[in-house]
Amino acid sequence: MSSITNYFKSLLLLELLKGMVLTGKYMVSPKYTMRYPMEHIPKSNRFRGLHALRRYANGEERCIACKLCEAVCPALAITIDSAPRAGDGQRRTTRYDIDLFKCIYCGFCEESCPVDSIVETHVHEYHFEHRGENVVTKPQLLAIGDRFEADIAAARAQDAAYR
Amino acid sequence: MGDQILHQLLIPILLVLAVIIPLTLTVALYVYWERKVLGWMHVRMGPNQVGPLGLLQAFADVVKLICKEVILPTSANKFLYYLAPMLALIPALAAWAVVPFGARFAVSNANAGLLYLLAMTSLGVYGIILAGWASNSRYALLGAMRSAAQVISYELAMGLCLVCVLVLAGSLNLTDIVMAQSGHKGLLDWFMWPLLPVFVVYFVSGVAETNRAPFDVAEGESEIVAGFHVEYSGAAFALFFLAEYANMILVAFLASILFMGGWLSPFPESVPVLGHASFIWLLAKAFFFAFLFLWFRATFPRYRYDQIMRLGWKVFIPIAIVWVFVAGCMKYYGWVHIGTGG
Repeated sequence: MSSITNYFKSLLLLELLKGMVLTGKYMVSPKYTMRYPMEHIPKSNRFRGLHALRRYANGEERCIACKLCEAVCPALAITIDSAPRAGDGQRRTTRYDIDLFKCIYCGFCEESCPVDSIVETHVHEYHFEHRGENVVTKPQLLAIGDRFEADIAAARAQDAAYR
Repeated sequence: MGDQILHQLLIPILLVLAVIIPLTLTVALYVYWERKVLGWMHVRMGPNQVGPLGLLQAFADVVKLICKEVILPTSANKFLYYLAPMLALIPALAAWAVVPFGARFAVSNANAGLLYLLAMTSLGVYGIILAGWASNSRYALLGAMRSAAQVISYELAMGLCLVCVLVLAGSLNLTDIVMAQSGHKGLLDWFMWPLLPVFVVYFVSGVAETNRAPFDVAEGESEIVAGFHVEYSGAAFALFFLAEYANMILVAFLASILFMGGWLSPFPESVPVLGHASFIWLLAKAFFFAFLFLWFRATFPRYRYDQIMRLGWKVFIPIAIVWVFVAGCMKYYGWVHIGTGG
């Protein structure tokens, strides 16, 4: 008997209509799409993107060549050489290379830095056009730091309360 | 004399162009609308980059397809390989000859219009079978066989549904069939009410007949890549595409003409403005059915092959046969109002 009622029930196509109501609802619901180049997903202030070396307000570079970042780097992406600076004999880096192909963007370098010199910025849209450009050098890192100093400082200030 | 020949040739050609050019444009917009609706139902946006709201996307795709090379597989039968897409497209366009767009506007107001339609929609399957066979590819052949079996099965159910309609209307002429649905009660006079089960069977058969989801085993991306047109590229593929969508729009138009009173208004004639019969009503109804195609595609998973056969032979055909008798009784005992038109 139930098989007969089920047969006639199936002729009413109730399940199919239920499914169509569901897709109909989705059709008019707000869409999740982010139109990427025009719109951006908001980033956390702890976002770890391209690296930068910062300076103090007076223009002096922060890095003191302690090599803690080089030591902590799990991917061995950082290479540092150091020597006393010509003018005042302070210990400074003569070479500060980061291989972005090796880097895993873990943020340990930033954590280990005693003077907040090496940081990871919000920049994640960058590319290389030639072989070898994956190794960013000290002048490049300092230039990135100069360019994004305002953003970097703002992100650090926001996060300071939780550290 | 020369004038007469010109007259006899020019008028039909203009008439044909007046149907085919808007139809081709409609296909382009329908493809755009399909991608848009599918996107919305997937909670996406759909194409929105080319032109305002992405409206030019379909045209960009057409240009791309036409610019591409038509690749001929080395083991393919060259003649049949090139013939197949044309054979798929020609019946799809030819069927439009008898479709009436208004009380006095059809390219050919043939008296056996319904038979002609059945013949044309069945011919389309030859293009698919030939494409599958001529490509000399396993996937293509499998797709073609599935498509052939499916179209033949659903053709029967569809034919029986049309029998119900012509029993009630008493005519094979499509204009007469629409006029038989006219009356003083507006949409209550349409054949969809006395023939409701057949109406559903007809439209679902139409979906199966055009190889659309959820009956698209002939393409079956997940099993046989793209089925019968897997080896086709460029303009040849575009022809299959055009044929499929022209057929979909045809089924949408036929469903509105045969069951929902074509260009007749859903309101009684006594209602001012809205009560007038108009081409716009036909367009609106066809748009609704065309939208249903897309809604089905976004909602239902593909039927398994044996389920398709079961549905066609063990559900649709019995229902349609029973309703042929019911329709006969309705007509004989005068239970339904049959309009005379005018």
